[in-house]
Amino acid sequence: MDLTGKLMTAKQAVEKFVHSGDQVSLGGFTLSRNPMSLVHEIIRQGLKDLYLVCHSQGQAMDLLVGAGCVGRMEIAYGGLGRFAPTCVRFRRAVQQGDLSLEDYSNYQMSLRFWAGAMGLPMIATKTGLNTDIVKKDGFSPEDRGKGKVPGLKLAVQDNPFAEPGDKVVLLPALNPDVTLLHAQQVGTDGTVRIKGLSFADLEQARAADRVIVSCEEIVPKEQIRQDPDQNALPGFLVDAVVHAPLGAHPTACHYFYDYDPQHLKMYGKVAKENESFQAYLDKWIYGCRDFEEYLAKLDPAALERIKADPVLGYAPGLDRR
Amino acid sequence: MADYTDKEMMALCAGRLVPNGAVLFAGTGLSMLAATVAKRIHAPESVVFFETGGIDPALDELPLAVADPRVMSGSAMNAGLIEAFSILGHRRLSTIAFLGAAQIDPYGNLNSTALGDYRHPKVRFPGSGGACDAASLAWGVIIFMQHEKKRFVPKVDYLTSPGWLDGGDSRQKAGFKRGGPLAVVTNLGILKFHPETKHMYLAEVYPGVSVEEVQEKTGFELDVSQAVETPAPNEQELRILREEVDPQRLILGPAA
Repeated sequence: MDLTGKLMTAKQAVEKFVHSGDQVSLGGFTLSRNPMSLVHEIIRQGLKDLYLVCHSQGQAMDLLVGAGCVGRMEIAYGGLGRFAPTCVRFRRAVQQGDLSLEDYSNYQMSLRFWAGAMGLPMIATKTGLNTDIVKKDGFSPEDRGKGKVPGLKLAVQDNPFAEPGDKVVLLPALNPDVTLLHAQQVGTDGTVRIKGLSFADLEQARAADRVIVSCEEIVPKEQIRQDPDQNALPGFLVDAVVHAPLGAHPTACHYFYDYDPQHLKMYGKVAKENESFQAYLDKWIYGCRDFEEYLAKLDPAALERIKADPVLGYAPGLDRR
Repeated sequence: MADYTDKEMMALCAGRLVPNGAVLFAGTGLSMLAATVAKRIHAPESVVFFETGGIDPALDELPLAVADPRVMSGSAMNAGLIEAFSILGHRRLSTIAFLGAAQIDPYGNLNSTALGDYRHPKVRFPGSGGACDAASLAWGVIIFMQHEKKRFVPKVDYLTSPGWLDGGDSRQKAGFKRGGPLAVVTNLGILKFHPETKHMYLAEVYPGVSVEEVQEKTGFELDVSQAVETPAPNEQELRILREEVDPQRLILGPAA
């Protein structure tokens, strides 16, 4: 097994494996390992009506929503920690009614991906009983059961193995059309290695029909197989590999670079107004042929500052105010 | 005049509530600060973990989000969400979660999703994240709130995270095996829940705050008959908080 036919540019990977209307899941979490190079490409190609399925998403989700690529989403959390307690374009889109949206919790979304990965139709949990997550639908009744929209948001039932009254929440499994991940390393055999926290990336990848992985480094098969304990996914589950150094910028990639506080702060400001947000898209995405051109526009000194310490995995002493 | 800020007082008060050796679930902001304060000052044998899968990290620098690479460094293990939530609800562990919210009701139910009608919200917040899970599964929950009438409401617009639900034994009847809010730490004092009715009452007020002010800024009737004054922070608490926990004042904000 090798990367023949799988190694491609972000442009080729998105053209081949992501389509308007697809149900898409994004790897990473709020301000870490967002698949930014792939998301920029989706925006550049003008894909529409994506159906995002998210646990906690930050920068990648907010850009896709702001650029008008998303029609529907299931989500647990849209925020960027201290840089945006609620993602700015996400908030605006929801308040304006631009999105069809339904809320779950993080554990619920993770379990739904896991169920999808295991080939189960549903999964039971105790989380969320009697909350409005259980009681209130976001999608309209006429959309129920159409395409990938589950016929019911969820169901509360008695545990059949206990006395009546022991309630559980049944959640529908998720099998997205495509999952987009950013990893630290991919081997020349397609093996994926994720360093630091894996979040729900592995469940999301195993649940999906197609998987695109962008990565900081491509390393020889012999090297990545020297320590298989550290590996996350076998190559045969990966459809496309994109070599994208700094491909999660401005979010962090453990052991490679920290999040970029300056860029995130600047984004938080410009995202507040339509005009300045449009100018951001024009400069940083539409005005770039590819992600390398975006990177070339960044301040080299800023990139130097976020370089990770090889032991700690982040940039100690980075000014994060 | 007090020579400490509301946020400093809140972080220290929450830290004081943590029993030594506790397993702490922290989110962003003040909750991150409180968990770090507990570990550094009041409960040194406690461990902190994050919903993202960072289990007992060194926390040499303050993380600004639960996915911050600082929760992945010097940790016991780096895992993922499924593992973290399994720990949160683990039968053997008395886990304590710190949560904040936009709205709270008399039974400690929280809203961090939206104001107004859910499908056409006036204001949208980030959503549950792991908050609903923490409130459902943890052994106990400590809540942070800004004490304002619009936040302490008779009924939350959207119930994101379950507290004592309708009070009494309604939480148990709903199917939860354990958990429920232990205390609410605000910028004015500390509120707890009546052992039987599970209705919120005023347990402590901070130095210089009157019980009348607390009642005035609470959108429902509070029993204030048991309220005592909270001891002011001591020098050692303030020094560790300012010099070791958040020297850049990333979460503490401007100094007093």
